[in-house]
Amino acid sequence: MKYWETPFGMQKPQVVSGHINILKDRCKGCSFCIDLCPRQVLEYSTDFNEKGYHSPVVANLDACTFCGLCELICPDFAIFVVETNPKEAALVQEK
Amino acid sequence: MQNEICCESPIIAGTAEPETNIQHPMEGLLRMDRMPHIWCSGCGLGSVVTAFVEGLKKAGSDFDKVAVVSGIGCTGRVAGYINLDSFHTTHGRAIPFATGLKMANNDMTTVVISGDGDLFAIGGNHLIHAARRNVDINVICVNNFIYGMTGGQTAPTTPLQARSSTAPYGNYEQPFNLVGLAAAAGASYVARWSAMHVRRLADSIAVAANKKGFCFIEVISPCPTVFARKNMGGTGLDLLKSFGERTVIDHDADPTKIPIGMNDEIVCGNFINEDRPTYWENVQTGIRDAVDKENVYWKNL
Ligand code: SF4
Ligand code: SF4
Ligand code: SF4
Repeated sequence: MKYWETPFGMQKPQVVSGHINILKDRCKGCSFCIDLCPRQVLEYSTDFNEKGYHSPVVANLDACTFCGLCELICPDFAIFVVETNPKEAALVQEK
Repeated sequence: MQNEICCESPIIAGTAEPETNIQHPMEGLLRMDRMPHIWCSGCGLGSVVTAFVEGLKKAGSDFDKVAVVSGIGCTGRVAGYINLDSFHTTHGRAIPFATGLKMANNDMTTVVISGDGDLFAIGGNHLIHAARRNVDINVICVNNFIYGMTGGQTAPTTPLQARSSTAPYGNYEQPFNLVGLAAAAGASYVARWSAMHVRRLADSIAVAANKKGFCFIEVISPCPTVFARKNMGGTGLDLLKSFGERTVIDHDADPTKIPIGMNDEIVCGNFINEDRPTYWENVQTGIRDAVDKENVYWKNL
């Protein structure tokens, strides 16, 4: 599709990408991250971690906006997100 | 210029697999040999620690110039877990220790992180006098409404009618309103948030880190093991959500008029942010005046 003008001066729509890292054995299963995630990205795993808690697993990575709320609210420092540069992601697509 | 717009599905290059070579961003700031921490599953204290570090990062603080002082209690463990200059003092004496530390090292950001029992029961006098003198320290008081570590006795913050192990029929004592007390004693910065408001809390901590004078931040935190169990409050998540639902954000509220009841609304916000001469400044001015007077005396002799 061709447009005569670039919307908002952007070459490509910016998209976010990244990783959600869960340190499974550090989790104490409080479910703060699972319930408070604004995009319902996480859910309980069915298996236990070494402490006997159900840690979160990523159920819907595509919905994650890498807002970092889960990282900030996790009381056990067990989850963190790393957002890769959105522009880099666009360049990868171009190739 | 014509541009082709990319209309394919969003580019998600991520995976859910944990990367082995990257560490949790908090790792360098925690004493990892002490982990896992003793805090119960569903306790909000870990979130407060993350928010504190996030606040310092936002404020652009130099981590070598930050000291954390704690008293005794569940919250008192913060000093032991955080990998900055930190000291775990005797019960209630975090503020006197921090005052001395600040007087001797005026360039350090000195933060007291302790619980409501430590700061307002046994350490209550230290708090009001540090606020009166306007000592340039930041106090983060984590309020869980009960004495958690010792088994759930009534604290000075336990709301009326709340049950505790020393109030099996409900508490008959009027609780302290922590922000009101700090404001009335003369604190320069007063805020109240709950562990649910981690971002706003981090912002307040950032403001306090760069502010001169006595800064007081109350953080309402869930204690599922003791407070929720005695009061049928459910899990830590249930408590956290109820704090979120009960919160009314009003930055203009008078801090002395917003006590916290058992089930009524919790007014949160940044209530006071004003500048008053700090204790350090007063000491400096006092000494300078005295020296000037001496000099005049000797010159005229
Ligand atoms: S970064 Fe935000 S959207 Fe993504 S999982 Fe965490 S809380 Fe959910
Ligand atoms: S917030 Fe942390 S401790 Fe709680 S379930 Fe999520 S990863 Fe586990
Ligand atoms: S007793 Fe309460 S305050 Fe103490 S660690 Fe457990 S949940 Fe947290």
